[in-house]
Amino acid sequence: MLVVDTATPAVTAALVEVGSDAVRLVGARAAVDGRAHGELLAPQVDAVLAEAGVKPRDLGAVVAGVGPGPFTGLRVGLMTAAVFQAGLGIPAYGVCTLDALGARTGGKALVATDARRREVYWAVYADGSPLTGPAVDKPADIADRLTTYGVTTAVGEGAQRYADVLGITPGAALYPDPLALAELAAERIRAKAPTEPLTPLYLRRPDAVEPAARKAALSPAEQSEAGAKLPAGRR
Amino acid sequence: MTITEPLVLGIESSCDETGVGIVRGHTLLADALASSVDEHARFGGVVPEVASRAHLEALVPTLHRALDEAGVTLADIDAIAVTAGPGLAGALLVGVAGAKGLALAAEKPIYGVNHLAAHVAVDTLEHGPLPEPAIALLVSGGHSSLLRVDNLAKGVTPLGATIDDAAGEAFDKVARLLGMPFPGGPPIDRAARDGDPLSISFPRGLTGPRDLVEHRFDFSFSGLKTAVARWVEARERSGEPVPVNDVAAAFQDAVCDVLTMKAIDACRAEGIETLVLGGGVAANSRLKVMAAERAAKYGITVRVPRPKLCTDNGAMVAALGSHLVAAGARPSKLDFPADSAMPLTVVGV
Repeated sequence: MLVVDTATPAVTAALVEVGSDAVRLVGARAAVDGRAHGELLAPQVDAVLAEAGVKPRDLGAVVAGVGPGPFTGLRVGLMTAAVFQAGLGIPAYGVCTLDALGARTGGKALVATDARRREVYWAVYADGSPLTGPAVDKPADIADRLTTYGVTTAVGEGAQRYADVLGITPGAALYPDPLALAELAAERIRAKAPTEPLTPLYLRRPDAVEPAARKAALSPAEQSEAGAKLPAGRR
Repeated sequence: MTITEPLVLGIESSCDETGVGIVRGHTLLADALASSVDEHARFGGVVPEVASRAHLEALVPTLHRALDEAGVTLADIDAIAVTAGPGLAGALLVGVAGAKGLALAAEKPIYGVNHLAAHVAVDTLEHGPLPEPAIALLVSGGHSSLLRVDNLAKGVTPLGATIDDAAGEAFDKVARLLGMPFPGGPPIDRAARDGDPLSISFPRGLTGPRDLVEHRFDFSFSGLKTAVARWVEARERSGEPVPVNDVAAAFQDAVCDVLTMKAIDACRAEGIETLVLGGGVAANSRLKVMAAERAAKYGITVRVPRPKLCTDNGAMVAALGSHLVAAGARPSKLDFPADSAMPLTVVGV
């Protein structure tokens, strides 16, 4: 089974074997570069397959981290997984990328990844299970809520970058573990669940502004004159 | 490996059209398209993030439609081609990721190709192999270029390009001024049929004696757009009705006049007898008529693909891919980037 995640700067591709009671990592590649998902992912998928001597047509399923994450990079992983699904006729399953980081935490933990624009994608976990849904906010705006939840540990690149503001000493884990992604999809794989649409967790609307009213093309003097006379151009 | 009639699947996602086309040699087998144009209309132009999101949703369904239409399976395909640039970076990346994934999954070679060269190559699906050398006039919402094509598999030589707005952009802006929907090309074309192009004289950019020395094959449409805006505003302020059809016709003639004049001039200067038009603006009815009339005087043959092949589509990418495979070009490596500013001198990466 192929696993991909491009919701963080760690461009991740892995091959896992899903047994009846355990999931085993066959091989994994993760290059950290937040601006080169499009260049790095395909060669890494190619490499993990080649190293394991696995042909694409031998794959039984594909699992993708559906974010949240910076849009452009996130889409690379989801598009790749979607064409593996379509091209090979195998099921695709989506896993929230934050859940993969959260699955490896204990007690009350914050997972925060970098959302750029001085914000984090975040969720709170209790003994590895999500306590809140994924959201995007400024670190300063969630610090109080974390106290309310009784959060004591934090993982993810966002937790590290904004440790001061969040007031929690970050743990070592920065990026999602592909084995955790696979484990979170393992039940669906074993049950041969139907393929899922890989819907990205964008959590933000596209930046787009509707155009304002037309700007005047004539100068104020020309505007007052226009009532009497048309500008040159009329024959 | 050289295949004379390669079966190639092409993916296009450089702007707001998600296209998957399939060709065998110069024969078009499928041209499936999904457009996000309606989602951009209220913004008056293409919003890159909206386009990128739409590509992600549309690519797989469009792929299935293309395969069904062509009656082939992925296993039958000889190669996959994809627009690597130029275009909107985020939008390009979706198609590139999809094509790479498909190439990996189906174990096929991949060719990252130039979108503008694909606009030239698409004509081969309609009119057969392109006589070389040829002059190409590529005009769309994002590009306005005059090119010399000596060998489409190796690269094309840019002769000139717009120094400000693309021709299609001018159509969009003038359409908005006249209260017409986006994209502006089709409604202006329609309105112009009932207008008098000679009723208003709008400027022809970069056609002055000095411009014809320094910018002989370049275009400028920004001044024209402003001139139309000023004319319309003066009319409105004087309380007179705006003759929309006349403005559309006069504006369209000004654009087509400069485009065809410079394209024919390029053919004559280079001693070339074939002119091929491509890009969304090449679907304009007046441009085709004017180009044919002027070309006929000098014995120049004008080739214009049908409108659906002029605008962005996957078939054009497949057509160029097929041309590259037949020419024995090497496939791209899997790590090639989407290049929003890909130069015309690069046909395949």
